[in-house]
Amino acid sequence: MTVIPTIKPVGDTGLLFEFGSVIDPAVFDRILAIDAALAADPPAGMQETIPAYASLLVVYDPLVTDAATLETDVMRRAQRGGTAAPAGTDHIIPMCHDADLAPDLADAGARLGITPDALVAAHLGAEYRVYMYGFAPGYAYMDGVPPALHLPRKAVPARSRPVGSIMIAGGQCLITTLPMPTGWWVIGRTSTQVLCPHAASPFLFQPGDRVRFRAVSRAEFEAG
Amino acid sequence: MPRAVLIVEQAGPLTTIQDAGRPGHMRHGVTASGPVDRPGFAAAHAALGNEPGGAAVELSHGGITLRCIEGEVGFALAGGDFAARVDADSLGSWTTGILRPGSRLTIRDGMHGNWATLAFAGSIDCRRWLGSAATLALAGLGGGRLVAGDTITIDADPVGENASWHYPEPPAETGPVRIVLGPQQQFFAAESIEALLSQPFAAAPAFDRMGMVLDGPSLPPLSVTMLSAPLLRGAIQVNGVGAATILLADHQTTAGYPRIATVISADIDRAAQHRPGETLRFAAVDVAEAIAIARRKAAASAGYLRLLAAGQGSLAERLFSANLIDGVVDGRELS
Repeated sequence: MTVIPTIKPVGDTGLLFEFGSVIDPAVFDRILAIDAALAADPPAGMQETIPAYASLLVVYDPLVTDAATLETDVMRRAQRGGTAAPAGTDHIIPMCHDADLAPDLADAGARLGITPDALVAAHLGAEYRVYMYGFAPGYAYMDGVPPALHLPRKAVPARSRPVGSIMIAGGQCLITTLPMPTGWWVIGRTSTQVLCPHAASPFLFQPGDRVRFRAVSRAEFEAG
Repeated sequence: MPRAVLIVEQAGPLTTIQDAGRPGHMRHGVTASGPVDRPGFAAAHAALGNEPGGAAVELSHGGITLRCIEGEVGFALAGGDFAARVDADSLGSWTTGILRPGSRLTIRDGMHGNWATLAFAGSIDCRRWLGSAATLALAGLGGGRLVAGDTITIDADPVGENASWHYPEPPAETGPVRIVLGPQQQFFAAESIEALLSQPFAAAPAFDRMGMVLDGPSLPPLSVTMLSAPLLRGAIQVNGVGAATILLADHQTTAGYPRIATVISADIDRAAQHRPGETLRFAAVDVAEAIAIARRKAAASAGYLRLLAAGQGSLAERLFSANLIDGVVDGRELS
């Protein structure tokens, strides 16, 4: 599909190509295809690319190229086409919902007007797609939270949440890889590591992968 | 190569190993890290005759105290106004020196600056991740944070004759911190953009390698429902209650709070050196002007670093010290 991006400078070292302000699987496929085309034929001065839900950031060296030249180089590759988005892999992630591992489950349910059990069932019933890594090493953002569970982020982040926290905000879901402050709602925890720093492939997911969650007992969670 | 071993007797809470960074991994959420004050980092290596970009110690408030227990090694301190002392000798800031067995190096924050680099002549033996020793502080990956009791092992170059060299500082830069507006300025009312460009801000007490919080006018976003998008070092991000933070070397790679502007690459390092309470003002430039500034600054920086690499007592240094080379050092005058 053809999508005309809005192009904005990010200081003097980045160009942000925005493809709208909503999550759309077809738009994301287009972003991944352009990302692949840039990797296959990097424009002069391009240093790296960061795909996101509805945008692609192209980082450049301002000593080698400039914003106008890079914009032309990127759009030429985008319009050439012929590169497909990656097919993606399926993953199943075990998840424990015990109260101490799901500190926001009760509050989130109350805000949504449903029981914690109904929230858990709806979350487990959906399939999620990995759209991007971001925020911190290994933070893989997934879309696919059912509309009945959509909550805004908290205006001010809560203090540190443990590694493996599974949390939601809006239509997004992710698994934390570091203890970090967050404005998202923590509804469970997994022992699966999305980031294994010293493995040959440190990152479990790639953008475009699909994920489902499976409820497990405390014993199974603690067994890892 | 001969080995030198140093014991960390004391270190401030933001003391880490940093090299030039690990670019190329932001798509996996891994920011480049590297020194917050890149000009100081480059100067320290150049003053020692090191190759650029190697591992060094990054310091902040609280400084560091090291004792040499084996071998001998040259060091260089750069950035801000941090002051070095070797045993009873006060060496000041922007200086080189030599550590020998039993020497104690003490570095303390002086009058200005939040970040300094302590480099050693040779190379530090340290942990690496994804090909870089840069410490990503929040993840504990890379060379790592330094605390009391740690040792630093260096493959040390032979030490020279000169005990210390108070080398020239780079030309001082003043004036407003220049920004390119956006990329999410549509999340802000015109009055908030106007406040950013006309009102003074102050560095808040809260800062670390991720960012520096600003005190100043509230810049409330029109909406906090933003699709997460990528960002870069220098982003001025505003949270849901209107407080702005300048994101630094360990910035998050994407976030869902809007960025009203991005500090240009030529000004972000000096912006980060503002101590809590010091005033910052912002001025907008367009991207073409920002790129022109980056190129002029790179040329000036290359000339300055060649001057340092030429060494103590060189013609270049004498010209600089005699103020025959004006503020902006032009590389052609030195070649």
